Amino acid sequence: MTVRNEMKLSFPSRSANESFARIAVAAFVAALDPTVDEVTDIKTAISEAVTNCIVHGYKDTLGTVYIQARILEGGKIQIRVRDKGCGIPDVKQAMEPLYTTCTTGERAGLGFAVMQSFMDKIRVSSRVGGGTTVTMEKTLKSRPALHG
Amino acid sequence: MSVKMECGEHAVTAYLSGEIDHHCAKEMRDEIDSACDRIKPQMLILDFRDVTFMDSSGIGLVMGRYKLMQQFAGEVVIAGANVHIQKVMKLAGLDRLAVIEKGAKR
Repeated sequence: MTVRNEMKLSFPSRSANESFARIAVAAFVAALDPTVDEVTDIKTAISEAVTNCIVHGYKDTLGTVYIQARILEGGKIQIRVRDKGCGIPDVKQAMEPLYTTCTTGERAGLGFAVMQSFMDKIRVSSRVGGGTTVTMEKTLKSRPALHG
Repeated sequence: MSVKMECGEHAVTAYLSGEIDHHCAKEMRDEIDSACDRIKPQMLILDFRDVTFMDSSGIGLVMGRYKLMQQFAGEVVIAGANVHIQKVMKLAGLDRLAVIEKGAKR
């Protein structure tokens, strides 16, 4: 699998960086000339993944969020969002729509559902005490000629 | 991100603008809740026409306000949501909790 372009990003788990992260990834994939809908889908999925790192992975602590984005052949993009936070004991349960550990009723428990619905593929690996990695893929269909 | 409130006797309208994510949702809901607690309106209109981005934090925002409005038997109306925002909302089944007005801009 040839990697045509790649970028890495790391930043402290402050909520103000949620906006920075999705805009940075959107700027990176802009080289593929995606449609507005595709960019919005990607931004939304990144926003969910990064929010999970901040709200759950690092909870009441401050840690580092890592993003790696790759442009592969055929207009396929792969984005990995990783934290070294508390980890998820039961990934399957965490990914169930509407499941949330939030008790205030202000978090919908739909982060993973949004990522699944807006990206083609999502893989979650997690170790309690070690952190969580979310890997997402999406193939941009907009302008195949440009993707080569 | 900002929210402008317009308070009538029976209806409260919240004009949301900018991006809705986890970072800014709290400020928005605090402002909406203080108006609703004070007026206890029959209808809360959440106007999304100037919202440029929304992730699932926006769903939490609507669901939380729906619960609040239920306390005084009021309803929630969502106005001006663009195609993307409607897509996020439908994923959560918000169209079952609130009235989503048609004819929104793209």
